[in-house]
Amino acid sequence: MEQGIALSAGLSIMVATRKGLFFLTPDESRSSWSLSEPVFLGHIINHALLDPRDGRTLLAAARTGHLGPTIFRSQDAGATWQEAQRPPAFRTAPEGEAGQVVSHTFFISPGHPDEKDVWFAGTSPQALWTSTDGGSTWEGIAGFNDHPDYSKRTEDPQAGTPDGPILHSILVDPLDANHMYFALSGGGVWETTDHCESWSPLNQGMSTPLADPEADEEGMERQPGSLHWNEIGPDHDPHSVVMHPADPNLLYQQNHCGIYRISRPETTWTRIGNNMPEDVGDIGFVIGVHPRDANRVWVFPMDGTDVWPRTSPDGRPAIFETRDGGMSWLRRDKGLPKRGWYTVKRQCMSVDDGEPAGVYFGTTSGEVWASVDEGENWSNIAAHLPEIYSVEAVTVR
Amino acid sequence: MNVFIPQPLISYTGDRCVTATGNNVDDVLRDLDKQFTGIRFRIVNEQNQIRPHVRIFVDGEQEFSLLRKLLGEEELVIVQALSGG
Repeated sequence: MEQGIALSAGLSIMVATRKGLFFLTPDESRSSWSLSEPVFLGHIINHALLDPRDGRTLLAAARTGHLGPTIFRSQDAGATWQEAQRPPAFRTAPEGEAGQVVSHTFFISPGHPDEKDVWFAGTSPQALWTSTDGGSTWEGIAGFNDHPDYSKRTEDPQAGTPDGPILHSILVDPLDANHMYFALSGGGVWETTDHCESWSPLNQGMSTPLADPEADEEGMERQPGSLHWNEIGPDHDPHSVVMHPADPNLLYQQNHCGIYRISRPETTWTRIGNNMPEDVGDIGFVIGVHPRDANRVWVFPMDGTDVWPRTSPDGRPAIFETRDGGMSWLRRDKGLPKRGWYTVKRQCMSVDDGEPAGVYFGTTSGEVWASVDEGENWSNIAAHLPEIYSVEAVTVR
Repeated sequence: MNVFIPQPLISYTGDRCVTATGNNVDDVLRDLDKQFTGIRFRIVNEQNQIRPHVRIFVDGEQEFSLLRKLLGEEELVIVQALSGG
């Protein structure tokens, strides 16, 4: 059992880093913040979050140096932590055959509100896992992991992001426990309507680095050298997908190739990033949504030109906000440094449900920034942390 | 037999040196896991391979096979590299 830090009731920001887990807690007005001591110091924490169903259970996906990956769980709001009895692990291959090895768990999601103790996790190599006992034992989901087309749907474990191909953005429809989405980097967005038994791609309308779906429509000229667009394949690279809490049929996506939105039952994504200023573009990793207003979204654009520095365009950090579902975008940089070379990774933006809503993001340079007036003004609430891997605003009961 | 635990895994055992039994290296690691749940998976992956940068020594000799037979009097040392930043 690992000793932790008991969180008080109310808002906390869980900051998972390359060197441990930290908590930021505010005063009543969210104008002053306290930074905790680290928990799991020295462990790589890819993602950590609270179970909103009980407001007390925390899960953290950990990997430690050269040791194997695991998941830690707290059932007392962070005071103590226990390791999963059986963390995500592939089946042992028959003798003489090569089997897969989980490198790390990248993303954790609580299950449907009516399915207490059900959790989902996404790993590298890309696989989907579930726990039905609150995160203690984990099983692979055969409907995706064992599908005959698994290798066509997913990216080679030797390829993908610098930390390997990942499964992330697991989204459970609060209106229907059988309905879920997840995203593969690379591999696109996938959907189930039968509680994980079968999965279908949801990538129509998405550009890829190699092909444009519009260019394959009849009568349109394709760029010389470009490939035919396919709905399945590792070229699809959703960086982050979010389901709007005010309207679960509405998904927003920050993709490698732009910002998109889809309103189900539509089956084609619409690129809303084309409305961003041309000198900024619509490349980025994170996307955050307002807790109540379905048309209000925040992104943190990055430089996707040349060799893709993945820092703020022109070294001028800014959040961009839309209040009309992506028809137009406003630059929000009041309080942010005039010059800065930030990278904000895909799990590093979160929005609380306060009134007004608070928006938070964490940088690879170990800074956490907050706006408690819905993006208007920004202030630095933590600095000098290790590289930040995820930021989650949670409400402890 | 005595099993020496690398420093990053002492959080499982509480001690640098613990005792475990088994007819081969794998048995010993499984016995360790019975006593200290979760420790084996951090040393050996799900394909029963010793993880990269982890080394196991039996009486001072590096052992690559988990099936190496043991008599019970040996000393087993598990070492984990601290490379990286």
